[in-house]
Amino acid sequence: MTAVAERASAPGLPAGPGLGLRFRWAVSDTLTITRRNLLVWMRVPAYLVFTVIQPVLFVLMFRYVFGGAIPVNVPGGYVNFLMPGIIAQTAAFATFGTAIALAIELKKGVIDRLRSMPMARSAVLAGRLVADTGRMTVTILIVLAVGYAVGFRFTNGLVPAILMVVLAIVFGVAICCIAAFTGLAIGDEESVQAFGLIWLFPITFLSSAFVLISTMPGWLQAFANNQPVTYVVDTMRALALGGPVAANLWKSVAWLAGIFIVFLPLAVRAYRRAS
Amino acid sequence: MTQVNGVGEQPAILVEDLTKSFGDVHALRGIDLSVPRGTVLGVLGPNGAGKTTAVRILTTLLLPDGGRAVVEGHDVVREAPAVRRSIGLAGQSAAIQEELTGRENLEIIGRLYHLSWPRARSRAVELLEQFGLSDAADRAAKTYSGGMQRRLDLAASLVGRPKVLFLDEPTTGLDPRSRLGMWDIIRSLVADGTTLLLTTQYLDEADELANEIVVIDHGLVIAAGTSEELKGRVGGDVVEFTVPDRVRIDDAAAAIAKIAESDPAADPETGMVSLRVGSRGSDALVEVVRSLDAAGVETRGLALRRPSLDDVFLALTGHAAEEEEPGGRRRGRRGARREKDMERTAS
Repeated sequence: MTAVAERASAPGLPAGPGLGLRFRWAVSDTLTITRRNLLVWMRVPAYLVFTVIQPVLFVLMFRYVFGGAIPVNVPGGYVNFLMPGIIAQTAAFATFGTAIALAIELKKGVIDRLRSMPMARSAVLAGRLVADTGRMTVTILIVLAVGYAVGFRFTNGLVPAILMVVLAIVFGVAICCIAAFTGLAIGDEESVQAFGLIWLFPITFLSSAFVLISTMPGWLQAFANNQPVTYVVDTMRALALGGPVAANLWKSVAWLAGIFIVFLPLAVRAYRRAS
Repeated sequence: MTQVNGVGEQPAILVEDLTKSFGDVHALRGIDLSVPRGTVLGVLGPNGAGKTTAVRILTTLLLPDGGRAVVEGHDVVREAPAVRRSIGLAGQSAAIQEELTGRENLEIIGRLYHLSWPRARSRAVELLEQFGLSDAADRAAKTYSGGMQRRLDLAASLVGRPKVLFLDEPTTGLDPRSRLGMWDIIRSLVADGTTLLLTTQYLDEADELANEIVVIDHGLVIAAGTSEELKGRVGGDVVEFTVPDRVRIDDAAAAIAKIAESDPAADPETGMVSLRVGSRGSDALVEVVRSLDAAGVETRGLALRRPSLDDVFLALTGHAAEEEEPGGRRRGRRGARREKDMERTAS
């Protein structure tokens, strides 16, 4: 009985914070982690170069090297066909950074330190997602600017154009959740990178991102026609260039919601179990 | 049972019958510890003994399978958030953001302890000063030497002014000079009244820093006491030398026979003579030199050997510290990964 009284009055043993304060701390911790992650990103030129240069090279290569040989069915030719696809791919590939950064933090004990501190449990993942969303947005805008320079034009008005970018970002954040889970579950930056290549390359290339699916062999069409990247890219393309949006949009939303529902809890669980 | 210093009587760390397994690997098989406030407990043991597992449970990173652990009056399972408010942790590697400066690293940690920006800044300045990192404060931490990185890491663990500090092998991998520097810093922390639990593979480190030492092997506490008590069980220091002229080995043994309580051991095959001298160390060494000189025996490789972790383990367990037993495990990074999947963790 006295123990309780003593504990309550003992100096330096603060009572647990209330709900309101906990929420404010969760927000402030998330912002602190976000700021830290963005600082790291800007501090290392190599990160910036890799995240931006790679998609820009893809734009130039597909526009000028492969583009002439790829027949498409959209107004404005291949460059207009290409850009929605390459922006979706840019968003997906930006998540390599998410997985690698978490794997390194796990290995170096940074995550152990953060987990042993009285900070919000949600902040490390939330801050990572917020920072990476910012990073992804910047990259997408740069790639879009390069696209404009090599002849791409939105032909469906401003609002659908903005919605296209928003859809690309939401798609990227969904992939980020998968990447965060793999980064924490695998916990070794090289393995994480290799694993990312193994699934992100096929899933983005075996889609409608770069070519008409009708040019693929039948067995491949079966996969390409029914996977989420195709739904997302087709929606983005319709938003950018005009055409029916609804059917693909609902399939995209369903897929993305499914990814969030499955992988966000998995990532949280992997963080809590991280060792 | 009362009253006046009821809180003071409570140990800072109390561990009772703590167990933890990873699959069929029994990392902890029921350990008990009690660390009074303001003291230093050295947890000594080889790789894979269970030291890191114990620290991870005490710092709320890992849930125990059984038993109880209380830090500053808070149960590490049921009251994990309260435990986190009273502890600091520095692990085996420098858990810092290498791309950021030392100052930024500490400021960010300060913010995560919910200090205001001005307080986070001033706390960072204080700690950089205290750890001799002021000159390097605005350089990226990846340009730091290994010793500086570990100091920054230790500084980071102190941002929240913890009452209880856990240092998991704080000097592993450091060169001897950085190690001594780290010892000085740790001593000054202890002088300020921080309770410290320190794991180490080095007997001299525990000897230098700890009030009490527990020796852990295969998940069990196999010995506990002060460093003197443990050394007593090992048999203390040993003077060793070789007699190149084998026929004179008995003369050598006879010449030094009176110096210590035990008789010298002489091996005619190798010419090696050794004498246990207890805690008399260098005094005994001087006497041995004089006696051998007086007897006119030529020697080589005369040296005073302090008991090492190996000696402690040999004396306590009959096997050497580095030896891997079948079913034993090495908890390096690889081991840690292997265990990962099986860990349940504190929420």
